[in-house]
Amino acid sequence: MAKAARRASWIKVRPEGLFVEPGGFYVDPTRIVDRAVITHGHADHARRGHGAVAATAETLDIMRVRYGKTPFKISQTLRFGEKINITGVTVWLAPAGHVLGSAQVVVEYKGERVVVSGDYKRRPDRTCIAFEPVPCDVFITEATFGLPVFRHPDDTREIATLMHSRELFPERCHVIGTYSLGKAQRLISLIRAAGYDRPLYLHDSLLPLCKLYQAYGVDLGELLPATADEKGLPRAGLEGEIVLAPPPSISDSWARPLPDPVICMASGWMRVKQRAKYGGVELPLVISDHADWDELLTTLDDVGAPEVWVTHGREEALVHAARLKGMEAQALRLIGYEEEA
Amino acid sequence: MEQFAHLLDRLLYAPQKITKLKLMADYFIHAPDPDRGIALALLTGALDLKNAKPALIRQLVMQRVDPDLFRWSHDFVGDLAETVALIWPERATNAAPPRLGELPEQLAGLKAPEAGEQLAGWLDTLDATGRWALLKLVTGSLKVGVSARLAKAALGDAFETSVDEIEEIWHGLEAPYEPLFAWLEGRAPRPDMSNRAVFRPLMLANSLDDMELVKLPLADYAAEWKWDGLRVQLAARGSERRLYSRTGDDISAAFPDIVDFMTFEGVLDGELLVVREGEVAPFDDLRQRLNRKRTTAKMLQQHPAHIRLYDILFDGTEDLRGLGFEARRARLEAFWGREQPERTDLSELIPFDSVEALEALRAGSRSAQSEGLMLKHRHSVYQAGRPAGPWFKWKRDALTADAVVMYVQRGQGRRSSFYSDYTVGAWRDGEEGAELVPVGKACSGFTDEELKKLDKWVRDNTANRFGPVREVTQSLVVEVAFDSVHRSSRHKSGVAMRCPRFHRIRWDKPAEEADRLESLEKLID
Repeated sequence: MAKAARRASWIKVRPEGLFVEPGGFYVDPTRIVDRAVITHGHADHARRGHGAVAATAETLDIMRVRYGKTPFKISQTLRFGEKINITGVTVWLAPAGHVLGSAQVVVEYKGERVVVSGDYKRRPDRTCIAFEPVPCDVFITEATFGLPVFRHPDDTREIATLMHSRELFPERCHVIGTYSLGKAQRLISLIRAAGYDRPLYLHDSLLPLCKLYQAYGVDLGELLPATADEKGLPRAGLEGEIVLAPPPSISDSWARPLPDPVICMASGWMRVKQRAKYGGVELPLVISDHADWDELLTTLDDVGAPEVWVTHGREEALVHAARLKGMEAQALRLIGYEEEA
Repeated sequence: MEQFAHLLDRLLYAPQKITKLKLMADYFIHAPDPDRGIALALLTGALDLKNAKPALIRQLVMQRVDPDLFRWSHDFVGDLAETVALIWPERATNAAPPRLGELPEQLAGLKAPEAGEQLAGWLDTLDATGRWALLKLVTGSLKVGVSARLAKAALGDAFETSVDEIEEIWHGLEAPYEPLFAWLEGRAPRPDMSNRAVFRPLMLANSLDDMELVKLPLADYAAEWKWDGLRVQLAARGSERRLYSRTGDDISAAFPDIVDFMTFEGVLDGELLVVREGEVAPFDDLRQRLNRKRTTAKMLQQHPAHIRLYDILFDGTEDLRGLGFEARRARLEAFWGREQPERTDLSELIPFDSVEALEALRAGSRSAQSEGLMLKHRHSVYQAGRPAGPWFKWKRDALTADAVVMYVQRGQGRRSSFYSDYTVGAWRDGEEGAELVPVGKACSGFTDEELKKLDKWVRDNTANRFGPVREVTQSLVVEVAFDSVHRSSRHKSGVAMRCPRFHRIRWDKPAEEADRLESLEKLID
């Protein structure tokens, strides 16, 4: 039996990342290139210094906030569903539900449709537009939580645990380690949804992106800087309050002035006890902005692609599970993408 | 079950005792009977639910999960019970989750394959945390860092009762402790334990330093050796005979050579020692008898246990705790003369007439196999806890050695951002010249200011990182104080210090001038 021609052979894996050859552009390149389409603003997907960048308005703004005046030479803003033609290749974006402005990149060429999903999740999130499955021939997916042990619990219960802990330890402050883009704002919106309306105190590095979210109309309630002086150390009087800070700060010298902090960490990895213990976390919160195992598999069913390519994470298990479903599957072994903190 | 599972989950991560106390107290207040009683029994170790071997758990999960996916998952997570808890396929079920209060009865007498089916049925009804707790309980591998004493203290906190009052009736009670909770909640009188060999909280001494000694009205005090063993209580009532540790743990099972000979009625206070031909053996000999599930005949013969009696709390059913020390001592001597209890002797009172004489005695305590001296007020009544004034311990001077800092780890709780746990080493001749080998781990003895300086030094002098452990350049000498040195097969050096702590930081001293291993080996007693 003759072997069928490989699907989407016009997409290449290069050291810079995923290259759409007939269009002459990369998707989320990890090195500096001339033309890039960017799925979302996390630093490993949106590097600084590309020539031309196409992305959603939110993603471009996130890059501007993070990288200052010259994150790229020129940019093209794409609305979801808006089709553009790059030297014969049709490109459009669909929501990915990962962080504000996050998109899947849909690429169509010679009758084949490939979806580069970037990072995504399927859970409701008030801070970004929900993932929309796009039927395609090849679905390119992440596998950050690509093992069946990763099944994120209900967010509201994780927040309830946090609130209960706050009642139990009113004299202590709860400091939550959280990534500055996406996780922080999602966490804040979940805390607000639980009816908590006191001010939340933020490490300086979290404030700029929260302001951007607010400018895009995401309601985050009252946010105050956790720091009071030019040294950047926490202010006094944070007993009973909730403080958000990037993960490296919560158990290091920055956190020392906090009143007997309960070290919390919001991450999908917190599902594994050793991961939490190892990081000195006292209250793990299993909250992630990535798809869990069930969501990854559901998504494969939803897009109905005969073939799946896995970019990063625990590729072998997802490839194996896709094959068990009768799909063709392979790991691309793209380097340079980081795991969720 | 889920309420208790979430408590266990939080206890697992809680680094501070005070946090654990609050978490448990909150549970005891809010959980219903008999669940909380079973929880209390599990936390204090009065009960275990061990019923399944890891092979059974593995078999159950293999019937439900693709073997490759399981293998990758197990590799990633590490722990079998946790992997199974996380990977267990969730499905809608009408069955109710198991009730903690009913688990012991339901598990009792269950054997494979029924045990497997029952377990699988329960796992279907629980969330991931519930599955983890259940699997850890039935495989007997649950470790959440809670001692029996801490669990009882939490119970005291929950119902604003002193832990001593709970201790005094504890050993007459059984899971699920409903009369205990009824009393704690003011719904019933305190359970009557007058006919039981229950634990009576011990009286403890305060440390004394040389300066305070001079001020003490010495004529009012009696002196005896502070023996280096395990402080225990012997309680016998009717046919019930028990040996309790200082904290009220029932250690009778490990010491049949004591308990079998408790033919008297009463409650005695003494030191548990290993004694061979009248000579007290080093503490390490006793250590080998502790924490054993089974005591072999060989162990009993080679490490014979002995009690050196300090005090008497009850003679028969007569409570003597209200008498003064001298009066109790007279009763103890009379009791001992009358009962002639085997494998015991009396801790002798040491006569002295001056501070100088006491100092000379204390200086000789190391050769007397004792830890120092005890000073007890002649009229002191026997009070639970550590009252200020009546009893003092005056320990012999610690041994010291200059050791080199080798590895450092962060502390726990309030110290979690500081490098505060120091593994120190001594020099020996290795194959490639002088090398350092670890001899102990010191985590105390420095001031907060010194800790800040040490922390900075560690960050500036890190040579290697192994996960949470930092290897540092071999350049900082610390004068370490310790109580004694014993042989240890767990340390590469073959020796380990007992209670090592910082005495002085020798910022100026070159590492090459630190002590050699041989000088520590000479201190093994």
